Amino acid sequence: MSGIPTVTPDSSRLATATTAGVSPIRVVGLTKRYHSLRGDILAVDAIDLEVRSGEFFGLLGPNGAGKSTTIGMLTTRVAPTAGRAEVAGIDVVADPAAVKAAIGVVPQTNTLDRQLNVFDNLYFHGRYFGMSRRVARERTAELLERFSLADRAKALVQQLSGGMAQRLMFARAIMHRPAVLILDEPTSGIDPQTRVNLWELLTELNDEGQTILLTTHYMEEADRLCNRIAIVDHGHVLALGSPSELKAGLDADTLVTITFADDAAALLPTAEALPGVRRAEAEGRVLRLFARDAEGLLGRVVTLAAGAGASIRDASNEPPTLEAVFLALTGREYRE
Amino acid sequence: MSPRDDHAEVATATSGTPGAAQRGNTGPVWVLGMLLLRDLRVLTRDLGQFILRTVMQPLLFTFVFAYVFPKIGQGIGAVGHAGPSFATILVPGLVAVAINFQGIQAVALPLVQEFSYTKEIEDRILAPVPVWMVGLEKILSGVIQSIVAAAVVFPIVLLVHAKGQAPEVHVASWPLFLVVVLLASFLGASFGLLIGTTFDPRKLPLLFSLIVIPITFLGCIYYPWATLSPIPWLKYAVLVNPLVYMSEGLRAALTPSLPHMPEAAFLSVLSVGTLAMALLALRMFHRRVVD
Repeated sequence: MSGIPTVTPDSSRLATATTAGVSPIRVVGLTKRYHSLRGDILAVDAIDLEVRSGEFFGLLGPNGAGKSTTIGMLTTRVAPTAGRAEVAGIDVVADPAAVKAAIGVVPQTNTLDRQLNVFDNLYFHGRYFGMSRRVARERTAELLERFSLADRAKALVQQLSGGMAQRLMFARAIMHRPAVLILDEPTSGIDPQTRVNLWELLTELNDEGQTILLTTHYMEEADRLCNRIAIVDHGHVLALGSPSELKAGLDADTLVTITFADDAAALLPTAEALPGVRRAEAEGRVLRLFARDAEGLLGRVVTLAAGAGASIRDASNEPPTLEAVFLALTGREYRE
Repeated sequence: MSPRDDHAEVATATSGTPGAAQRGNTGPVWVLGMLLLRDLRVLTRDLGQFILRTVMQPLLFTFVFAYVFPKIGQGIGAVGHAGPSFATILVPGLVAVAINFQGIQAVALPLVQEFSYTKEIEDRILAPVPVWMVGLEKILSGVIQSIVAAAVVFPIVLLVHAKGQAPEVHVASWPLFLVVVLLASFLGASFGLLIGTTFDPRKLPLLFSLIVIPITFLGCIYYPWATLSPIPWLKYAVLVNPLVYMSEGLRAALTPSLPHMPEAAFLSVLSVGTLAMALLALRMFHRRVVD
């Protein structure tokens, strides 16, 4: 995986210095160490990041990679152990209240105000953020309309479906027109229709100029939505770039995946030697070949398998996915 | 595969809306005021419920002790009993309980819920103020509710009694009365914040049997502190109970004819205790919220 644009600790440090105004998010050497009885845990290990104005930025990583801790530090809920983080040019440690004024957050769980109805959830949020009664009322009405919640304005939060609650949380997050919209795994556990709707909505917001920071472990989501992605694991940024740059980093234009009736490992050495194959891996009954300029590779593998007496159950030929990049970088062992 | 890739070259700072919030008023005092307004909205919506839960306990107490007991000639408060009527003793005590209990209930119960698995507290924590101010707002909201509770309970304990058993109440000093009510409300609400921040929601039922009930029964509500002299160990043991100072303070302000602690004693304990309790509660709140 030599070609994937990996990040060494200081190569990118502030390399992309801001061209116009302050960066919505700038993180330098940010570190969080948790002390526990079983020893220290380095949740975030000196990461550097910069999100540009108007960008849709993705933080992609397996569970426990340090995504949520990073978001926690950016939203002033987690105190950094070392390093700096600035949101809209404001230091998260020096002035957390000003940082909170500059961000809109959609957290992982439903944190809506259960004592208030749908309208008041938005209305009071606007009031907390300095809106007059009139402005808060108008903005609430506008957002309820936009998020198709207008007919539920008087409903209590408990009476909303999961998708409606999610939409209301998005509306709340952008109610005060934040400089950065921060989404912490917003689509985990919601149905596919709602997810696709949210994707459209996020794209729309981003097209309007809204800077968005998204964490997710859904590759497809990151691939579709994000301008740039940082793949993180074990508290490090492993790779950073646009989805196509990351995929190009695999040094392959084709991913051939073959599922056999039996274990695929026996075919690995011969398949690896086929012309154009840059990398091959066997996992159980599945064989994956990353290839470049390898016209007819799938046919050759089928012939090879037939010669070796292995029967094929399924075969596919497609451009490499972000998932392939992700797995190449983060490995395949299970995470909690 | 990456339809959004093509505009990786991001438009430079949009002159549009994002980031340009209409931030007319985000001073901390404004935000605090708005958080209070939110609590008032919830309170006024459930006003009936609020009054019911505030009124029932003192109403039944005065009914049984100041009406039923004298009528049936039962022990305390019985007709012919020397000294002040039991109703007189009860007035300051029951007002003190109302303040203290309301402070704990109004702050701790919602907070335990907000901290539990839904993490609803985030909704308030993300308001653009320092975290400790969100805690302070909870205390202030509890103070307001405690004062309302005192105002609701006072006429009841004053008016519900058997014939000839009217409590002898006169406000000897309004400033003293107001200071005691205010300090008692702050102390109760701060205690509520501490409980709400540190209590495990699964152990909530224990809150009543381990804290609320012992504090109430040993809080010099049904007897002035001075009358505990025959049981010296108890007389000094109850001094750890904050409710003792609230009851005694109100006794001094409302029923000065009854024995009560010296002003300097309950005022200094109430003010130092309130400050210490509030600081401790705010500190724990911050620690619970920020990792």
